[in-house]
Amino acid sequence: MPEPVIRLENISKQYRIGMLQERPDTLRDVLTTSVKRAGRLFTRRSTGRDDSPSYIWALKDISFEVERGQVLGIVGRNGAGKSTLLKILSRVTDPTLGFGEIRGRVGSLLEVGTGFHPELSGRENIYLNGAILGMRREEIDRKFDEIVEFSEVAKFIDTPVKRFSSGMYLRLAFAVAAHLEPEILVVDEVLAVGDAEFQRKCLGKMSDVAQEGRAVLFVSHNMSAILRLTQETIVLDQGKMVMRAPTPDAVDHYLNMGLTKQGERYWDQDPYILHGADFVPVALRVLNPAGEVVDTVNAAEGFSIELVYQLTKEISGLRVGIYMMTTRGEFVFTSFDTDDARLYDRYVNRGPGRYISRCEIPPDLMNEGRYILGVNASTYRIQRYFQDDKALTFTVDATGAPGTQWPEPRLGPVRPKLAWKIGKVER
Amino acid sequence: MTEITRENKDQTPVIFLRPAKGWLGLDLRELWRYRELIFFLTWRDIKVRYKQAILGVSWALLQPLLTVLIFTMIFGILLKTPSQNLPYPLFALSALLPWQLFATALQRSSVSLVGNANLITKIYFPRLAIPLSTVFAALVDFLVSFLVLLGVMIYYRHWPSLNNLWLLPIILLALLTALAVGLWLSALNVQYRDVQHMVPFIIQVWMYASPIVYPIDIIPAGPWRLLYGLNPMVGVIQGFRWALLGTEPPDMTMLISAGVVLILLVSGLYYFRRMEKTFADIV
Repeated sequence: MPEPVIRLENISKQYRIGMLQERPDTLRDVLTTSVKRAGRLFTRRSTGRDDSPSYIWALKDISFEVERGQVLGIVGRNGAGKSTLLKILSRVTDPTLGFGEIRGRVGSLLEVGTGFHPELSGRENIYLNGAILGMRREEIDRKFDEIVEFSEVAKFIDTPVKRFSSGMYLRLAFAVAAHLEPEILVVDEVLAVGDAEFQRKCLGKMSDVAQEGRAVLFVSHNMSAILRLTQETIVLDQGKMVMRAPTPDAVDHYLNMGLTKQGERYWDQDPYILHGADFVPVALRVLNPAGEVVDTVNAAEGFSIELVYQLTKEISGLRVGIYMMTTRGEFVFTSFDTDDARLYDRYVNRGPGRYISRCEIPPDLMNEGRYILGVNASTYRIQRYFQDDKALTFTVDATGAPGTQWPEPRLGPVRPKLAWKIGKVER
Repeated sequence: MTEITRENKDQTPVIFLRPAKGWLGLDLRELWRYRELIFFLTWRDIKVRYKQAILGVSWALLQPLLTVLIFTMIFGILLKTPSQNLPYPLFALSALLPWQLFATALQRSSVSLVGNANLITKIYFPRLAIPLSTVFAALVDFLVSFLVLLGVMIYYRHWPSLNNLWLLPIILLALLTALAVGLWLSALNVQYRDVQHMVPFIIQVWMYASPIVYPIDIIPAGPWRLLYGLNPMVGVIQGFRWALLGTEPPDMTMLISAGVVLILLVSGLYYFRRMEKTFADIV
């Protein structure tokens, strides 16, 4: 059994509340607090790690191992401790408690372009950034052409990067980081930036790294990317590792965390929703034929999906729809409420008010399994009003579906009832 | 705390992640491994400083030249300050150069950690690389402006001599002084931004507390002179003038100055290393 490249034992990190957000102390604050502290000295001995309310554990007892060649996904909401964990792994900050062992260089795509200086040229920044990331000069010399080619900014290589477009800047920054060849690569949300072609390149680079036998830690909010690129994923919640499991299970667990009611999703508590926006999502529900909100539906009976939303002003050409995706990240279908031309004509202008768009999923269409529902509201090629790729998950039960007399799993996300005819061919 | 040890079998460095604890010693080996980073940071500092400046690096020449012109007019011609039997411009410039080396290095190093916060919060490297590289960048400026001094020396027919070799340890002492104070101030500045407002003031007071515009002789010899020597720049400037122009050789003040620098440097390193672990969390 090979030695793991990363081994963490009960890694914990404590922060003082406000330490990260507030402006640093000024001497005046220090003088006042030290007077207070001097008074407290007599009542209580203060220690560096206490559990008083002014301290929080950003990470608590994280233990895991990563082997060579493994791609491990890390998912969790904002504030779950993902960034703190990556910072500890890349040695930017030390754990408060615990122990860890890392074999090899950690390359971080935590924030590409760190240390880029706007006044310096692309060429100069490659060397500077390379050195900051821990590359030797001779190593940068050797890979220079490759980096430039990867970044596709060869023409502007001697221009100060402050004149670069944000896309060029990013490509150059990523190109340097991608050529670091670390034993452990940490990738954090790089996929959220750059155009599709560039993202494809980044993903390709990541899988190359894994195939060369190095380890990749992949942090993302993009579940389909996590599902595509990782076999195993850990789920962080409020600083604790709540799960380490094969990725589909971990993603499923993550998506269901904190949902108020199974089979239903409300957005009213969601901090990302702008309440004054033109399109405000309200709820997404999975309903059985009796109209009850359920987490599990029966494939043979069919079910419906409804999306409730509020328009604050009239939108023309709006289409509201769903994506259905398996927990392995494959799309099953995409459907919009105005796919039907007659409905489109009727609702071409939707005035302000509350709406429900409901679709019927016919009986004998879906295979059994767990599915992810995504939501999209947009006008074709003009504007996207809302999108949530992982709004809700639910389970389809296949009792009574075609072929269930054989208790075997059927491949594929759909399990349609097809009209077979059997005849004997006479000779 | 983090450290690297090399394994014999596969040459893969093993990094240990542990809670930070107290004094960890000065890991010179690690610093040496990061020498290229220090080089690139120094190079960036210099490059960026003169980029988009029409006069470019000639600012490093103009600055001491203009300052000496003002000093000569006010202190040399109007106030008739004694100048150890040297032409006043040469007298002032020979002190101004090591002083500017010190002042530039101190000023830049004290804000260096905060100025590089984006690096510190994202990437690991020995944090000492940052103040070190600013001190080195100041040295490059110094070498450029040294040309001005050479020009003025030749103008006044002061020829170089073997005694000039003493300049090297004295410049080193000036750098160490700047580094020592810079370590303290840069680490303090991470937590208390008051420091960066205090630095220009500190430098100004410090300049008048050093024998730049006036000769050291006006401080009475004896206990007062020894007290004066607690300012390490006194030894540096006195030594610099002596090594370059053959004024009276440094005395006890030099030893006191060197001693003070040593204490400041060791304590500065200690404080810096102790605070280093928290930079990323509080900067």
